[in-house]
Amino acid sequence: MIELSHVSKTYEAGVKAHALKDVSLRIESGEFVFIVGDSGAGKSTLIKLLLKELTPTEGSIVVAGRDLNKMRHREIPEYRRKIGCVFQDYRLLKDRNVYENVAFAMRVTDASKKQIKRRVPQMLSRVGLASKYRSLPGHLSGGEQQRVAIARALVNHPKILLADEPTGNLDGHNTWEIMKLLNEINQDGTTVVVVTHDMEIVRAMNKRVITIYKGAVVSDEEELSS
Amino acid sequence: MRLSSLGYNIRQGFKNIWRNKMFSIASIATMAACIFLFGLFYAVTVNFGGMLKNAEKGVSVTVYFDNNATQDEIDDIGTAISKRPEVRSYKFVSADEAWSEFQKSYFGKHKDAADSFADDNPLKDMANYEIYLKDVSKQSALVSFLEKQAGVREVHQSAATARTLTDFNSLVQLISMSIVIILIAVAIFLINNTVTVGISVRREEIGIMKLIGAKDSFVRAPFIVEGVTIGLIGSVIPLVILYVMYGRIIRYVANRFNALSNMFAFAPVNSIFKVLIPVSLVLGVGIGYIGSRLTLKKHLHV
Repeated sequence: MIELSHVSKTYEAGVKAHALKDVSLRIESGEFVFIVGDSGAGKSTLIKLLLKELTPTEGSIVVAGRDLNKMRHREIPEYRRKIGCVFQDYRLLKDRNVYENVAFAMRVTDASKKQIKRRVPQMLSRVGLASKYRSLPGHLSGGEQQRVAIARALVNHPKILLADEPTGNLDGHNTWEIMKLLNEINQDGTTVVVVTHDMEIVRAMNKRVITIYKGAVVSDEEELSS
Repeated sequence: MRLSSLGYNIRQGFKNIWRNKMFSIASIATMAACIFLFGLFYAVTVNFGGMLKNAEKGVSVTVYFDNNATQDEIDDIGTAISKRPEVRSYKFVSADEAWSEFQKSYFGKHKDAADSFADDNPLKDMANYEIYLKDVSKQSALVSFLEKQAGVREVHQSAATARTLTDFNSLVQLISMSIVIILIAVAIFLINNTVTVGISVRREEIGIMKLIGAKDSFVRAPFIVEGVTIGLIGSVIPLVILYVMYGRIIRYVANRFNALSNMFAFAPVNSIFKVLIPVSLVLGVGIGYIGSRLTLKKHLHV
């Protein structure tokens, strides 16, 4: 499903800096994987490479059978629709209500009004926000905003969900609520990749953990013992 | 793009205009000034062209023959004139016709004054060809050609009138084109700024759109709508003003200056606006479209 072969990414801003060095890994369809590491380890670079925001300096990345190095610019939107993404800062449109934020993801895919009207309420119920569909993001708690972001990420039926520090801005209770939701999504068949540095949740979830240190994969364990 | 998506993008385009009210108003005003001046100069040029054509009808070249020119030579000159492309019409005026015309215009009712000449035609050497041109600017070329012909004594022309009219018309066209080009550049620059502000205000939204799989065309659409709408409003406003103004001005001139309106007819409102409306709309919408496309290419990388 996701396969990285000898991937390196180098930034050149005056001095050469390796964000990722010779990373090879494989994530199967339907897996739940944590990618952990300290700040600057290269976790976000990995997410950006998977979203085709960046191109690797070396190596190849294959996602859902598509070689990202060979993907043309005009094919990127279609590819990104198959990958949902969630970020630490939620990235919601502050001037639009909950319903509009989720519908927005369908609008950009040229979905019909009928499809939007059917699918958005379903997604909002799925994340437990059906009653707050009229609220603006500013009137919601951090956990609720992240749920909206998850609903938006899932509304186009992606095969993969990438979550970059999804609980980074949340308190303990909301962190667990979000992790529970991500787990449910995974159980429904979606591949979930969560980037985090919160080892407490990683230990508690008992999932596969890939550790990145200074741009290199240093461990890949089926589950981390507490 | 689906109709509902198109509707959504049109609404977003209008929202952009509303969000950047000041820049939008500045762009619309510049565009309106550009189209207004374009329309004004167009109306002036068309009317001046009409006036010029009218004046040109009266501008003629007269060819006089040598005293000893034979009829064959005169006929040859006539044939040469008929072959010139710039000639609209020409006629042979015999010495008798010239004298009789002169008597009519100079002696008028006092015909008896002319009787003293009896059969002695004082204009016996003034048989000529009177030539009318299609285009006054070609007069000099025709005159130099005629002067070289055998049997030609003298060629008379109303050079100054012709040159002044032609030069003035060219000057009006040159000035109007220069002003319009400068204004088009200013309009494109202002639309560029308006769309740039729109992009910076919506940068976060654009980033989100791209991450969730929006195609380039979907991201661009609201900004194109913004530019085109500014262009459209900026061309409709001056067209309405010009339409009202032009009708009033020609009515005013016709009532106030009867002599002038007897000399030539103003181009009717419909004939001016039949050209001006489509050209201005295409110009306005085109400038809006090009202005926003250039900005998107520079700032959006989509």
